[in-house]
Amino acid sequence: MTGGRDRRRLTRHLRLGDRAYRRVLQGFGVFVLVIFVAVGATLFIQAWPAFKHSGPGFVTGTTWDPSHAIYGAVPFIAGTLFTSAIGLALAIPIGIGAAIFLAEYAPRRISGALGMLVELLAAVPSVVYGLWGFLVLGPIFQNTIEPRLSWLPFAHGAPLPVGLLLAGVILAVMVLPTIVAVTRDLANAVPATSREAVFGLGGTRWQMVRTAVLPAIRTGVVGAVVLGLGRALGETMAVTFVIGNTNAVPNSLIAPAQTMASLIANEFTEATEPFHASALLGIAVLLLVIAVIVNALARLLVWSVSREVRETV
Amino acid sequence: MRQPFSRALFCAGAATLALAGCGGSSTPSSSGAGAQTGTSDPDLSGPAASLTGAGSTFDQPFFTRAFYDYNQKDSGVTITYASIGSGGGIAQFQAQTVDFGASDVPMKASEIAAAKGGTVLQVPVALGGEAISYNLAGVAGGLHLTGTVLAQIYLGQIKKWNDPAIMSLNPGIILPSQAITVIHRSDGSGTSYIFTNYLSTVSPPWSSGPGTGKTVNWPVGLGGKGNEGVAGLVKQVAGSIGYVELAYALQNNFTFAAIQNAAGQWVQPTLATVAADAAQKPAVSSTDFSIVNEKGSTSYPISGYSWVLVYEKQTDTTKGTALVKVLDWLTHAGQADAQAVDYVPLPANIQQLARTTLQQIVDSAGTQLLK
Repeated sequence: MTGGRDRRRLTRHLRLGDRAYRRVLQGFGVFVLVIFVAVGATLFIQAWPAFKHSGPGFVTGTTWDPSHAIYGAVPFIAGTLFTSAIGLALAIPIGIGAAIFLAEYAPRRISGALGMLVELLAAVPSVVYGLWGFLVLGPIFQNTIEPRLSWLPFAHGAPLPVGLLLAGVILAVMVLPTIVAVTRDLANAVPATSREAVFGLGGTRWQMVRTAVLPAIRTGVVGAVVLGLGRALGETMAVTFVIGNTNAVPNSLIAPAQTMASLIANEFTEATEPFHASALLGIAVLLLVIAVIVNALARLLVWSVSREVRETV
Repeated sequence: MRQPFSRALFCAGAATLALAGCGGSSTPSSSGAGAQTGTSDPDLSGPAASLTGAGSTFDQPFFTRAFYDYNQKDSGVTITYASIGSGGGIAQFQAQTVDFGASDVPMKASEIAAAKGGTVLQVPVALGGEAISYNLAGVAGGLHLTGTVLAQIYLGQIKKWNDPAIMSLNPGIILPSQAITVIHRSDGSGTSYIFTNYLSTVSPPWSSGPGTGKTVNWPVGLGGKGNEGVAGLVKQVAGSIGYVELAYALQNNFTFAAIQNAAGQWVQPTLATVAADAAQKPAVSSTDFSIVNEKGSTSYPISGYSWVLVYEKQTDTTKGTALVKVLDWLTHAGQADAQAVDYVPLPANIQQLARTTLQQIVDSAGTQLLK
């Protein structure tokens, strides 16, 4: 019975390869985890002197004054959350709309060309968006757009070529490709039978999108938005160009502000005051914490949405 | 500000990348008085050595040009300089990972205590001034400002260009009823340090308020990253005022205000007026380094030094010999390269001070390295 022995040897051999493969993958998985923990721990250790120096005031204080060793992170937390919120508020409807157009309405040729352009947008380096925002979009905002916004409740103050709104718009442009590309691919993956069922019942194209496509891709779209949000929260270079770099809690939609990432980029190279460098690393720790919280919330959202979908099906 | 901003940006970008490429197109008027560089080149030949330095970005255009120049004269010595910022330069110097550091503000006693290589010597190596640039339609030049008024503007107390305090200084100029937008540096910088040091010196409310520092709590205004960021904002925002490095202002033909100095004279920022201010304080040291608002009728009051950090005791004699030779050349004949990129050459008395400081450097046997 040589065949049996051969097979046994083969399975043993396979099992060995299988096990090695499994170990290697496990190693890679652990490696990712180790990197994350190492970065977090190093940041925290380096930031500890500033946390100890400022106490809870580090998270609740609104004054950032390195020459007097006063460090409060509220202006930058506010700047980061506001710009990201503006960016997503603009990018989500436009992004999903554009994706649905590309997947369901546009002729194939246009859809292909437009889709490629959208993906190219994602490849533009952020410093280019920053320069463009500062040199081209800034003056337009100052002279044309912002003077016409004064009727809004939170848009008072002198129009400037920099500020929260402009930073939000630049972020929207930057996260748009992610949302469009992912949503379009999701929509394309919806089975043709679902669409035909709606058409078969005499539904219009819009009814088809609403009943067959959108419910099926909901969870995936949330994932796309989370990806975009990650980019918006951490974006540094483009924001530094257009935010105005004012270390105060913004009191208006068009006021100059500062985000956590832009603060670090601005001040790190010459941070020689007491606790200054440590405080900047503290800001990095807070940014990491905020990113984790936002991700967790998004996952919660995905989970609740998908449960809802399962229940309705 | 006649040159397009994109050109200015390109120049700044190019300077950070490699060579100070825009120095060639600088104004010929910059070669004024005060350019007292060393009379003759000392003997530069010596053993081969490879030196490394790190620190201030302010020094970078000057160092790039000067170290290239030095290497042409003595090909055995190569100097690599990383412009990672003064903070990083001090940290690397403390850890002895570089042969010398460069900082826009001298190291404090606490920082020196953390330096692993023992006693630290600090040598003034580059001199710079700050021009007050503004964007005011119809006022092409000739604006006069005092330190007190400048401080009130930066404190947010003077809000309009036609404020009586500004009008009384400029009887010949019709000032509009326009809001003043204050522009400052958003990145920590020696430029901000010199500027706030000046405001603190001339204005008690500034001194007890925001104070002096590379990054202060600005009461009002917008931040621009780097000289090019400040210049870009001044250009785009009507009614704005900002401070930029003199070299940058000269290379881009900015309009700037004349400032009243300690002697009561109105002085434009030029290489000569900044040098005149610095020459008033021959006994400058790493603990008493402020040269803002010095006496003298031609002194431009907003100026300051950048410093090179070096250990008094050099463990490697060959390297140490090359290092003191480079630094001595840099603070004497090499100052011509500073002028070529529109930095202010060190006055003769400060060049002498640099040499006396460098003469204190010894090898592990206690032998003086600068012959």
